[in-house]
Amino acid sequence: MSIPDLFMLGAFVLGGAAALLVVTARNVVHAALYLVIALVAVAASFLWMGAEFLAWAQVLVYVGAVVVLILFGLMLTRAPIGPMAQHNENRKFAVAVSGGLFVLLVTVIVATFGDATVDVTPVRVADLGEVLYVQWAFPFMVLGFLLTVSLIGALVLARREEGEGPLPDDTDEGSDQGLEDAAQEPGPSDVTSAPGAGDAGQQIGAP
Amino acid sequence: MFSEWAWLIPALPALSVLIIVFSGRALPWKGAEVGIVALLASLGLSLGVAWEVFSHNAGVTQGIGPAGDADAAPAGAEAFLLERGLTLTPLGGDLAVELGMRVDGLAAMMFVLVTAVSLMVHIYSTGYMHGDARYTYFFALLSLFSFSMLLLVIASDLLVLLVGWELVGICSYLLIGFWWEDKHNQDASIKAFLTTKLGDVGLVVGIMALAGMFGTFSIQGVLDGVAAGDHSQALLTFALLALILGAVGKSAQFPLHTWLPDAMAGPTPVSALIHAATMVTAGVFIVARLFPAYQAAPVAQGTLAIIGAITLVMAGLLALVQTDLKRVLAYSTVSQLGYMMAALSFSYVAGVFHLFTHGFFKALLFLGAGSVIHAAHSNHMTEMGGLRRVMPVTFWTFLAGSLALIAIPPLAGFWSKDEILVAALEAGGYTGTVVLVLGALGGLITAFYMTRALYLVFAGEFRGHGHPHESEPAMTAPLIALAIPAVAIGWINLPFPALQPLSLSSWVMFDVDYWVANPVELNAVIAVIATVLALAGVLAARAIYREAPERDPLLHLGLLTHVLQRRYYLDDLYTDLIARTAVRDKLAPAAVWFSDRVLDGAVYWSGRGTYELGQGLYATGDQRGIDGAVNGLGLSALWSGARMRLAQSGNVQLYAGALFIGVFVLAVVFASGA
Amino acid sequence: MQAVFPLTFAALLFSAGVYGVLSRRNAVLVLMSVELMLAAVTVNLVAFHGLVASEAGDPLLSGQVFALFVMGIGAAEVGVGLAIVLLLYRNRATVNVDDADLMKY
Repeated sequence: MSIPDLFMLGAFVLGGAAALLVVTARNVVHAALYLVIALVAVAASFLWMGAEFLAWAQVLVYVGAVVVLILFGLMLTRAPIGPMAQHNENRKFAVAVSGGLFVLLVTVIVATFGDATVDVTPVRVADLGEVLYVQWAFPFMVLGFLLTVSLIGALVLARREEGEGPLPDDTDEGSDQGLEDAAQEPGPSDVTSAPGAGDAGQQIGAP
Repeated sequence: MFSEWAWLIPALPALSVLIIVFSGRALPWKGAEVGIVALLASLGLSLGVAWEVFSHNAGVTQGIGPAGDADAAPAGAEAFLLERGLTLTPLGGDLAVELGMRVDGLAAMMFVLVTAVSLMVHIYSTGYMHGDARYTYFFALLSLFSFSMLLLVIASDLLVLLVGWELVGICSYLLIGFWWEDKHNQDASIKAFLTTKLGDVGLVVGIMALAGMFGTFSIQGVLDGVAAGDHSQALLTFALLALILGAVGKSAQFPLHTWLPDAMAGPTPVSALIHAATMVTAGVFIVARLFPAYQAAPVAQGTLAIIGAITLVMAGLLALVQTDLKRVLAYSTVSQLGYMMAALSFSYVAGVFHLFTHGFFKALLFLGAGSVIHAAHSNHMTEMGGLRRVMPVTFWTFLAGSLALIAIPPLAGFWSKDEILVAALEAGGYTGTVVLVLGALGGLITAFYMTRALYLVFAGEFRGHGHPHESEPAMTAPLIALAIPAVAIGWINLPFPALQPLSLSSWVMFDVDYWVANPVELNAVIAVIATVLALAGVLAARAIYREAPERDPLLHLGLLTHVLQRRYYLDDLYTDLIARTAVRDKLAPAAVWFSDRVLDGAVYWSGRGTYELGQGLYATGDQRGIDGAVNGLGLSALWSGARMRLAQSGNVQLYAGALFIGVFVLAVVFASGA
Repeated sequence: MQAVFPLTFAALLFSAGVYGVLSRRNAVLVLMSVELMLAAVTVNLVAFHGLVASEAGDPLLSGQVFALFVMGIGAAEVGVGLAIVLLLYRNRATVNVDDADLMKY
């Protein structure tokens, strides 16, 4: 095993650990930061596997945009700052499913690809670009279209209507106004807000 | 020629019934004239038929010669027999019913007897029943009875004979109970009807057995079948014994004789017609009709002898202790019928001849008794006496009849009774001897009780109330008319061989061979002994009753009298033990119980059971079962839905988890498949 | 280089992502877990590209191109997903997935 391979293994280990931490962290912001580490480790593995362009695209898109987006989302949804239990009653179930899945995957991988090797010769960006714009032109256009549509869609979804009041828990019982807002919105929601309001109140100060 | 029209003989009285019923009351003689005219016409026609039959048969027998030379018979000569009729097959197929007439010597003889006596009774009744409230009804019944009896006689088919038989039974019932206001008369008529009906069971069984054996109801068919010979002897004997039961009932033989004395409750003309000369002879008649069949079944024939012998002695003894004049005559009739039955066991001619003669003189005796009773206003001989002086016509005719009955030669009864004794003697054997001895003894007894009656009624001083006088001419004329045959009719069958072809035996001949083989003979010994016994009886009675008729020693013989007066306790047996205790108190309630509880119960419970079954089925099958199944389907849908909705926990992550599990499974499948 | 390593790495990331999706309470954290899964898929794709390239060569470079597309779609999905989470928060004042149980029976 050569030095690059060792580095790769290290990246894998780091990435794996970071991923595990993402899903088990108590502090949501910490989870987001662990996510950064994991994604960077993924980018490193791309580098090693000969996908240089992808590696940098990964860093750009995911670490640069997606994680930021997530952090903004955490902020806008008043995610509780500070450690608190982030897991619900599905924990055992989740462990079972994910554990089983992992075991299955590993077994299959080892059984099938135990002897296989990966060619790590880097792919030239020029080649990738040419293939992308010539052979994969149509899907690429569609991808662009998709991104545009999703952008517009997100805008439309998140838009606040005229006359909507401030965010529901600017006041402590903002639930009534939130209800009125909800009633006026053409959204797919039906009513009882009391549990929601109570929970929101609880979330802020609860352990 | 006459015999072609023989069917008119019963038809005329039938027509007269209809006329009397619909318009009798309006007629000047209130219907009596219709009956008399009809009977007169029938009698005339009967005499014509009789003449025709006689001349034919006499021609045949004269050809044979006196008693013997069978080869001298003209070839192919047959006894007179005319049969006409309609054959009906109401059930289709094999069983045919013949509505027809069978005219032979026996039928011709019966025609004469029935129409003559009936005519005399009609004339007599215009006097006897004068002023009765139901006068027209009486004459209608007399005509109906005459029709029925003549139908019975003329029938060529056993079923038609049965019809006539039952019809005479009904007429007897109606006529005995004519004065039904008195319950005693009602009881008597019911007793007569039921007792004869018991015998009729045997008659019907016998007829059915014969029809079954020979496949036909017609008399000729039965006789042909018997002659053909391939039948079961046992079955034939059984059938004939069953017929004898019917005859026993109708002809009042032992043990079904108890109804006849009680039947005297009816008007005396009725007793004279029905219970002396005609209806009671129906039993004898049917045996005579089927005589060849009885010849083929010796057991049945022997039974006739035994029954006849027992009856004639038993009834004779009973007549000794009667104080009611009509009862004396009634028991005498029973006894004489016993003679006839016994006679038919040995000889056709003997029985038939005695039937013929007895009919006349017994009718005469009854009508005379009626005259006496009418005068003395009482049936009981204890209230009569000395009527010889005030009722001479009645006395002399009654005397003639009595002498005929006692069988004093040369009166009618002598010849016929003697004939019987001779036939018994010639037959020999066990039955022959019994009949001979008892018959002779019976003659003694008959003589005694008739002489006793004569003395009690006509001799001495009048012991009753009122002033008796001779009866009106309407009543005495028939007495005189009947006295002639009572005296003389015996002379038509004198037992002298030379006269045989011209005698009654030839007249009633049914088969030439039989006639040749059974000539009527005179046995001087028997004749003398019988006459001696009869005279002995007369003299004994004369000795006892001449001086003081009212002091009747026969009524003081202690136990013997008692038994006789209680009629051997037979009536008690029948009425109390059988009818009341066994049937009324035990059998009838048991039958009612069976009908109510068992039969009705079965019906009820089958219905109830079905109802309960339905209820049960409804409750369990329908309510629980079917509804349960249907409801259960719905409930199971609800239940499963309630269980299944628990999966909709609203927990999104659980949904996602399920998704992943699905992926997992698919992955496994693909992995293992690949 | 053995193919096992990157593939195992991808499997680990994926399983971790599954665990996170199923057990995290905060909707945004769930989105993060989804991102993890997408990343795992991307790694997988690139590894297989290398595998294929070592065996037969792929002039279309399908593996890497596919990975690129996945990244693009992942980004779009995150954008829309967060928009929905914001909307949910606006209506319910909570992003706790346990509270989004109106579909409960």
